[in-house]
Amino acid sequence: MAKSNAKLISLEEGGFALFLVLLAFVCLIVAGKTFDQVMAFHAGIGALFAAASVFLIFKNYFDDGGEVIPAEIDGKPNYNFGPVKFGSIAAMFWGVAGFLVGLIIAMQLAWPALNFDLPWTNFGRLRPLHTSAVIFAFGGNVLLASSMYVVQRTCRVRMPGKILPWFVILGYNIFIVIAGTGYLLGATQGKEYAEPEWYADLWLTIVWVMYLLLFLGTLWKRKEPHIYVANWFYLAFIVTIALLHVINNLTIPVSMFSTKSYIVWSGVQDAMVQWWYGHNAVGFFLTAGFLAIMYYFIPKRVNRPVYSYRLSIVHFWALIFLYIWAGPHHLHYTALPQWASTLGATFSIILWMPSWGGMINGLMTLSGAWDKLRTDPVLRMMVVSLAFYGMSTFEGPLMSLRSVNSLSHYTDWTIGHVHSGALGWVGYISFGALYCLIPWLWNKKQLYSLKLVNWHFWLSTLGIVLYITSMWVSGIMQGLMWRAYDALGFLEYSFAETVEAMHPFYVIRALGGALFVLGALIMAYNLWMTIRHGEAEEADATPVGSLAPAE
Amino acid sequence: MSLWNKHQIFEKNSFILLIGIVVVIAIGGLVEIAPLFYLKSTIEKTEGMRPYTPLELAGRDIYIREGCYLCHSQMVRPLRDEMERYGHFSLAAESMYDHPFQWGSKRTGPDLARVGGKYSDEWHVEHLVNPRSLVPVSIMPGYPFLAENRLNTRDIQSALSVNSIVGVPYTEDQIENASSDILGQAMPDTEASDGFEERWPSATIRSFDGNPKIVTEMDALVAYLQVLGTMVDFSIYDDKANSR
Repeated sequence: MAKSNAKLISLEEGGFALFLVLLAFVCLIVAGKTFDQVMAFHAGIGALFAAASVFLIFKNYFDDGGEVIPAEIDGKPNYNFGPVKFGSIAAMFWGVAGFLVGLIIAMQLAWPALNFDLPWTNFGRLRPLHTSAVIFAFGGNVLLASSMYVVQRTCRVRMPGKILPWFVILGYNIFIVIAGTGYLLGATQGKEYAEPEWYADLWLTIVWVMYLLLFLGTLWKRKEPHIYVANWFYLAFIVTIALLHVINNLTIPVSMFSTKSYIVWSGVQDAMVQWWYGHNAVGFFLTAGFLAIMYYFIPKRVNRPVYSYRLSIVHFWALIFLYIWAGPHHLHYTALPQWASTLGATFSIILWMPSWGGMINGLMTLSGAWDKLRTDPVLRMMVVSLAFYGMSTFEGPLMSLRSVNSLSHYTDWTIGHVHSGALGWVGYISFGALYCLIPWLWNKKQLYSLKLVNWHFWLSTLGIVLYITSMWVSGIMQGLMWRAYDALGFLEYSFAETVEAMHPFYVIRALGGALFVLGALIMAYNLWMTIRHGEAEEADATPVGSLAPAE
Repeated sequence: MSLWNKHQIFEKNSFILLIGIVVVIAIGGLVEIAPLFYLKSTIEKTEGMRPYTPLELAGRDIYIREGCYLCHSQMVRPLRDEMERYGHFSLAAESMYDHPFQWGSKRTGPDLARVGGKYSDEWHVEHLVNPRSLVPVSIMPGYPFLAENRLNTRDIQSALSVNSIVGVPYTEDQIENASSDILGQAMPDTEASDGFEERWPSATIRSFDGNPKIVTEMDALVAYLQVLGTMVDFSIYDDKANSR
């Protein structure tokens, strides 16, 4: 295999080049024939991306003469960290962008003049931009980058392919660009958290299957007999998201040349499919994937083994089995038959246990090393993320109860709940992972400044507290105002009066969001300075620590 | 101890782990989703439901495009205060032609499931252009551009035929004449409106935005809003026969 002379172009390079050439042609034809300006724009992006990729594949081939990159150098795995670096930087970028859009729409709710009465700047188009940017762009890049890192490290092998890893990470980010610009220009399916239109969905499906192959391919090549627990969670996340994405987005386009499509599901069935998807986007994207991050980065950071191997087995299978049922708790008292929403609520309550199983396994990993919380702000961030995880996985089952839900549903309480999970759990574990990853990837001794991590931590914690408390108060208050009756038996408040009452809380929420954005900007600066000016680590030093589970 | 060792089969074989995951995650979804397609009680028997006219469908697509569903639900729950505020609770039958459903998950603004007929067309037009001129404390964005944008009718015929493929009972006649009907509904006393009346006897014809000369996006959106929740005839709806 590893001959030294120049060789023919490999099957992988040739295959990708051929596929991308075809893609470029299809995109050009669509761009040329469509009357839909958004479609023309997106097909143009597609053609540009495909053509540039083909150019890079061939440039690379002619530069290195088709040299096979060695999988090992001096008996040590020659890890492929280029795509991981790209994903980490993309995560930083999209994170700041997504939080900023969140702040803008929070301010729009407090001061509606900020909508500017333009199509591209109104709340209805910016809100999907915010949710997609934080979940899929920020969260997605963190997951892609960290999974590529973790699976290589824990299998002690270079991930397969020369082009494949780059195709996955770049293809995914192209999906983000197409989805995001689509929302602003009015291309949306109108399904929450599944807004990208049919062609973007199709592209994501291709990228995702490649991602699955890349991940499995690394597992197949592994030098460790066991598949490490973090990889179970990553695998469950990748497989389940593929299934959810394909089924929820089954759609028929109006034509090849139109951005518009109609979902095959309708009404009550569509509602069920949508929340089966929607809640498991939480369960598998925002939970299983980030639990995988927890299972690698916390043990690494504290240099202790995972607390309990058995607990990780039990809570892994229980979590993925139970989560999939929870969706219909979003549909209490709706036209969905009651048996379905009752099933959803029942499993949501049982789900509390495996959720806390994960939290306990993460927290107890610190036993014997709790003192590090005082000195290591990065570890503190990850531990606090577990506290938020525990809190929101307790609040979730509570809100899934029919009687609580009758009050909380449709109000800001839900928004507050989501953000305690998203900012607290997903945000903090991601920040923790990035603070660990960046010095490792760029071979730096440590972060540029731990003091700035401390600032980031306290500013954003204050921001989260302001955010969730203001949403609790406004949500519960609005829910109570909607159902309030006066002494004569009439509804006490008009809808508009309840909107007016929200104003101060929307201002407080925006303030909380601003603090969170500020924290993220400090992080981006700190990470950037680490890459640019951090002190280099002596060659060969790899992060120490054992990942063997405790028996 | 032995039982824990058995788990190694998953840990040492990525393919078996993959199969295990797929089996475990398939169960919940199958149990909850599949019966909704064959249990007859899922969708109530009602009188009066019809597919959206081409203009209403175009209005619905604008509703989706602008992300209205992010702040407005279309699902009245069977709770006393909601039924007094919005009307009869929503039935599954009322969204059976909705691809996708628009029940929503948040009420930053009020529920719209039964907004049809509650306000005049003029109110809707004024409110969409400048919400705070009618509701001073409203936090809704303004949509003045809808009144200026000529409605795009290019793909309406394919839109109807795609809807018919996914199960909406449009007649061939309705699909074939969609391009004419989309204009006819908003331009009273024209040839197009005569044809529309024949094919859509239960729909209303009027200039929804107050300008009969051109058909705008405002026409379409208001036509959609005005039909919301008005189709089912509740005077003959049998609550008990449909109890689930």
